[in-house]
Amino acid sequence: MDIRELQGYASFFMTIFLVVMLYGYIVYLYRSEKKGEKDYEKLGNIALDDEIDSTPINTSDPLSEEKKEQNK
Amino acid sequence: MQSNAALEYDYSVAKLFVYTTIAFGFVGMLIGTLIASQLAFPELNYLFGEYGTFSRLRPLHTNVIIYGFTLSGIWAAFYYSAQRVLKVSMAESKFVMFLGKLHFVLYMIAAVSMVVTLLLGITANKEYAQMEWPLDLLIVVIWVVWGLAMFALIGIRREKALYISMWYYIACFLGVAMLYLFNNMEVPTYFTSGGLGSIMHSVSMYAGTNDALVQWWWGHNAVAFVFTVPIIALIYYFLPKESGQAVYSYKLSLLSFWGLMFVYLWAGSHHLLWSTVPDWMQTMGSIFSVVLILPSWGSAINMLLTMKGEWNQLTENPLIKFMVLASTFYMLSTLEGPIQAIKSVNAIAHFTDWIPGHVHDGVLGWVAFMIMAALFHMAPRMFKREIYSKKLIEAQFWIQTTAVVLYFTSMWIAGITQGMMWRAVDEYGNLMYSFIDTVTVLHPYYAIRALSGVLYLTGFVMFAYNMIKTMTSSREISEEPQFRSPMA
Repeated sequence: MDIRELQGYASFFMTIFLVVMLYGYIVYLYRSEKKGEKDYEKLGNIALDDEIDSTPINTSDPLSEEKKEQNK
Repeated sequence: MQSNAALEYDYSVAKLFVYTTIAFGFVGMLIGTLIASQLAFPELNYLFGEYGTFSRLRPLHTNVIIYGFTLSGIWAAFYYSAQRVLKVSMAESKFVMFLGKLHFVLYMIAAVSMVVTLLLGITANKEYAQMEWPLDLLIVVIWVVWGLAMFALIGIRREKALYISMWYYIACFLGVAMLYLFNNMEVPTYFTSGGLGSIMHSVSMYAGTNDALVQWWWGHNAVAFVFTVPIIALIYYFLPKESGQAVYSYKLSLLSFWGLMFVYLWAGSHHLLWSTVPDWMQTMGSIFSVVLILPSWGSAINMLLTMKGEWNQLTENPLIKFMVLASTFYMLSTLEGPIQAIKSVNAIAHFTDWIPGHVHDGVLGWVAFMIMAALFHMAPRMFKREIYSKKLIEAQFWIQTTAVVLYFTSMWIAGITQGMMWRAVDEYGNLMYSFIDTVTVLHPYYAIRALSGVLYLTGFVMFAYNMIKTMTSSREISEEPQFRSPMA
């Protein structure tokens, strides 16, 4: 197997790996929103409510917010 | 950092880039119209001696449009919208303000030097990377300064979540930074020839097929990370803001982002189909190009669906018209590109006029439409005056849309005719046509393209006039509009 063939196989398997990663990311996005851990859709409001004195929309992860509350 | 009721966004750097967008847009499109006319009427090559020939002006046209008009437009929109989506003013940090102004000053030095050197015929001879090594070094500094300004602004933000537009700006920064360095590795011929060559003229550090691969890795990604990624950043901010509608699906915007990043980087080898690069790489280039339809259409459809239930705005607000058509041209262009990257289609399309046809439905219809709409949206907020004339925008829209349609339809016909004629053989296997036969047949289509250039340039002059009148003499507004831009 020469270097060109090796490069071809490396490129192919890297592609497969990245495809798996991308699909994993899709599953993660939908699952975390379904469980109520994240609310991605409200981030769309960042463009609409963009005055300097308006309240930040923030990612506000409800679970981590709870933890912060408990730690206080 | 204390919140302050009197605090306002600072648009001083954004305004500077607005001025250069208009100036470079005019110059780039004027040269484009001239060289399109030269192809139809070759005697126009001799207007200004060596400085007016097609070969001298063509790189000037592409470089002024890419690095003058488009980058200025992107940076105008960046210095405007990044503050807003991060909810922090540039005025809050002297450091960010200094970087922004330094960015502009260095950029102007580089842009003017680029125009002068290319006009003088000083060129590195690599497509979309013609600037010689001293300018390449300056551009690296400019890019680093922009990166510092961006990350410094992100560092002091109030809005902790980065809006999707910021992701795209960051991708533009990183993508260009990486590829620009790789592609511009070059040595002045003075050092490679024992003092015989020139200190100003350099040769690539790569040779043969490797040089071609690196060149098109960059060349295609100049399209990706200058003409696509930051323009998506623009539409994700300006369309929702102008229409008052939040992006249809934020998750789809994230998916499209990662899909685009993953796929776009590896599609460049479709420029080298049927050449000496390894066959598997050509095939991968084709496959990646076809897969690229998915993330591209993901963003474009997301934008169109953002207008769901609000399509009446398309008839009422000309800026929405510009942005919706930009998104539609993006879809057309990102379908056409993958079709051209299929090996069998490429055998006919390569080296023909179908290729500039494809580039221009993307650049005229998507990039320039989006940048002009963004500038119109920003103008009332920056200059605190309403847009000078709605009628003028409407007229400009139809003139320029006609121009884009004339451009790509004429080039489709010209390109396919050209490709078929080059390949045609008689029953003995001899070529049926000589080169001049194709030139004669294509003349009317070249004339149509020149006409489309005149129309598009006319529209751009109307845009520039409308913008200048908006800045100087339009009616003042007391309050910043929330969504729809006010216009007379």
